[in-house]
Amino acid sequence: MARSLGPVKRKFSPWTEPHAVPFIRFENITKRYGDFVAVDNLSLDIYEREFFSLLGPSGCGKTTLMRMLAGFEAPTEGRILLQGKDLANTPPYKRPTNMMFQSYALFPHMTVEKNIAFGLEQDGLPKGEISARVDEMLKLVKLEAFAKRKPAQLSGGQRQRVALARSLAKRPKVLLLDEPLGALDRKLREETQFELMDIQHTLGLTFLIVTHDQEEAMTVSDRIAVMDKGVVMQVATPAEIYEAPNTRYVAEFIGDINILECAVVANTGEILQPGHPPVVRLDSRGVPIAVEQECAAVTGASVAFAIRPEKVRIALDQPVDVSVNAVHGEVWDIGYLGDFSVFLVKLADGRVVRAAQANVSRLVDRPITFGDMVWLTWPLDAGLVLTR
Amino acid sequence: MAEIAAPTHRNPARWLVVAIPYIWLVLFFAAPFFIILKISLSDTAIAMPPYTPVFVGFGDISSFFAGLDLDNYSFLTEDPLYLDAYLSSLRIAFISTLLLLLIGYPMALAMARAPSTIRPTLMMLVILPFWTSFLIRVYAWIGILKPEGLLTLLLQTLHILGPDDQVQIYRTDWAVFIGIVYSYLPFMVLPLYAALEKMDGTLLEAASDLGCPPWKAFWRITFPLSLPGVIAGSMICFIPITGEFVIPDLLGGASTLMIGKTLWTEFFGNRDWPLASAVAVLLLLALVVPIVIFQNQQRKVS
Amino acid sequence: MKPSRFDSTVLTLCFAFLYIPIIILIVYSFNASKLVTVWGGFSLEWYRVMWSNQGLMDAAWVTARVGMLSATLGTILGTLAALTLVRFPRFPGRIPFTGMIYAPLVMPEVITGLSMLLLFVAMNIDRGFWTVTIAHTTFTMCYVAVIVQSRLLTFDRSLEEAAMDLGCPPVKTFFRITLPLIAPAIISGWMLAFTLSLDDLVIASFTTGPGATTLPIKIYSQVRLGVTPEINAICTILIGLVTIGVICAAISSKRTELRRIRDEHDAIRAAI
Repeated sequence: MARSLGPVKRKFSPWTEPHAVPFIRFENITKRYGDFVAVDNLSLDIYEREFFSLLGPSGCGKTTLMRMLAGFEAPTEGRILLQGKDLANTPPYKRPTNMMFQSYALFPHMTVEKNIAFGLEQDGLPKGEISARVDEMLKLVKLEAFAKRKPAQLSGGQRQRVALARSLAKRPKVLLLDEPLGALDRKLREETQFELMDIQHTLGLTFLIVTHDQEEAMTVSDRIAVMDKGVVMQVATPAEIYEAPNTRYVAEFIGDINILECAVVANTGEILQPGHPPVVRLDSRGVPIAVEQECAAVTGASVAFAIRPEKVRIALDQPVDVSVNAVHGEVWDIGYLGDFSVFLVKLADGRVVRAAQANVSRLVDRPITFGDMVWLTWPLDAGLVLTR
Repeated sequence: MAEIAAPTHRNPARWLVVAIPYIWLVLFFAAPFFIILKISLSDTAIAMPPYTPVFVGFGDISSFFAGLDLDNYSFLTEDPLYLDAYLSSLRIAFISTLLLLLIGYPMALAMARAPSTIRPTLMMLVILPFWTSFLIRVYAWIGILKPEGLLTLLLQTLHILGPDDQVQIYRTDWAVFIGIVYSYLPFMVLPLYAALEKMDGTLLEAASDLGCPPWKAFWRITFPLSLPGVIAGSMICFIPITGEFVIPDLLGGASTLMIGKTLWTEFFGNRDWPLASAVAVLLLLALVVPIVIFQNQQRKVS
Repeated sequence: MKPSRFDSTVLTLCFAFLYIPIIILIVYSFNASKLVTVWGGFSLEWYRVMWSNQGLMDAAWVTARVGMLSATLGTILGTLAALTLVRFPRFPGRIPFTGMIYAPLVMPEVITGLSMLLLFVAMNIDRGFWTVTIAHTTFTMCYVAVIVQSRLLTFDRSLEEAAMDLGCPPVKTFFRITLPLIAPAIISGWMLAFTLSLDDLVIASFTTGPGATTLPIKIYSQVRLGVTPEINAICTILIGLVTIGVICAAISSKRTELRRIRDEHDAIRAAI
């Protein structure tokens, strides 16, 4: 990534350290089912104690990748290394990974206690130790009162906690979570996200989570791999993914974004503000755009200009300078979201640009309304040139 | 089972799961059919067993084949009794299946439309007679249909019949139809009910919303969607009815010809095993088409 | 939805048709008179006669033993067959195997019976208790296979994956997780197998030999001689046993269902 995000304080970023050894390494993994390629020559490194997300739409291969790590599927090609050791000949029941299933997969004929103890019993631990560990886990997920219940006698949220406790009981080196919060309602999901982060931090484990929910991935992860059609599109921190997506696909998958088709007019290294990156000048059907960004695009190349709605300013009066990064249009629709209002502005050539405005005050003297002619502007460093 | 482990760690012992039932079925289900085929081509012998031997050494292969002929089959074509029995079996099975559909469909529909709270009870009431012995259920009808039986008594009491008249149903084809419909009704109702019950009720609301009157909605929506159940139910009934023995034997008369009964008589009465085998082979051939339809249906359902 | 008058009429008529013959049969087993049409007052005379009929009692004992043994064997084989059908999607000879599982369900009994008999004769096996048991095992295993198969098809495979993920090897996973969870289907398969064996006349007639007369064969030979209240008595007892069994099974499943619903309500309340 060429774009600098400025100084960011990170307590934990082993992937930036040149000598850090990856904990899990997917090496040129391909998985085919007949003619269908679920995972396509994919390589990925995950570090110890990382909270790593695989994010993508259904069918993008993220679950297949996780199931290969757990041992339920074998890669057609490539290797999976855990702490440098090839896992190919290790059956699932001998792998130091544990998985929390999307359906939770709680054994319906066993009590909560028995479910949590199941993995420990397989290791042949002494009885005393098992019950101590079970109690510890029940306490961790705050289910002490439900030890003797069967899974059918629990609510959805409680089941999710039992599944978590069961997969944590063996203190796996890696915990795999398959859509862990998908079945919970929104409010419970948000609470649980923070609890998960807390548990991961306290126990110091490596978490690998599969999700299609971008908000969830953004909240919990140290890093996210955005996947599409069996390929990793971008691996980066949540902030980088949001602010500096490397492709149109990632930009559109995460959050809301305006995309304007452009041609590169000039990319000559011209510096407008000292200390900032050079300026790329674009033309989008007559609208002149300038972006401060290190970019390899050559003059005449067609690229996309991407800008998040909250970075677009909206005003009724014409700004002082409309020579660059400014468009004029009619308010076509307004979406009121409470904290934000989103304005859909139709330009003269029919294109629609969205601008979001925080509703900072309850009373506005002259609110922008349907049919108003407005000006949209944005600073040099607000948008992004996407070459792919 | 071991199968879900990655392919590299599969245990060869898991094939025992396949091998044990497979070997059992080949030995006790498939092999007997080849023996039937063989015996149907043999000649009757006055001995025990009453046919020429099945297993021979390799040296005897040529004489083994020389001993086989189609005599039994040509005999079957010569004697009109057998052809009549076949056709009569198919006719009885066809009429019975039609009657079963006519009674079973409204019943299954009424069950599927009943409030969901009483549906399990209705289901149990349909299944319960199926758990009681087939023989007992047929036997129960003898007491009712006999000329001096309860039906005569009831009709006499109601003055529909004169005091000296008797119901002449027992030992006729009508008694056979009643017995078959009675015995096979659960087999017809259950697949129909399964098909009708899982139907989405909003489909009929949508049809009605689009201006389709209820009777038309039944023919345009409900009935076409229940066709898999109709086919499954008809096949489940038609095939065994064709070979039915107990019902025609206990309720039917001397004129009721059914191939199952003929086979039984050839076997136990006349002790002509090769001929009985030939009858069985032809019966089986006649049923191949419905069995294939049934199997396709099963595959589609699962 | 309230049942329409048409629906209620249909249900009433159909259930009357299904049950009246059985009820008449039961009622007349308590008839003091030997004649079917004459009600001679309540009596347990025919139960006494039945009880002292040694041939009938022997046949009942043979039937019970054949039923228990063949149902158990049939359940084991049928469960293995169901596992084969569901868990082994590809192996050579899968299509004939599927055919052999479904064919006995629709095959006319006279054919199955005749073919089994000819096999035993060809193999020079004396017919009797064991041949009936083998024949019953063969056709009941197919019913068990179908029942267990339908349970396995809805079985959540992630439960097995979870067990293995927690360190449980495959064979142990089968016994600790899969088997306990499909047990209800296996039990109802056993019950069906037992009932079918108890019920079977045709196949047993072909495959039986001296000293192994089953109850249906005995009843059949007596029915051919005419209707007697003694037969009504034994039929009533058989119907009673089956009804009690089915009702108990239904109540126990209903009770566990009720308990589950109540517990879920409790859990939701506790969560709030």
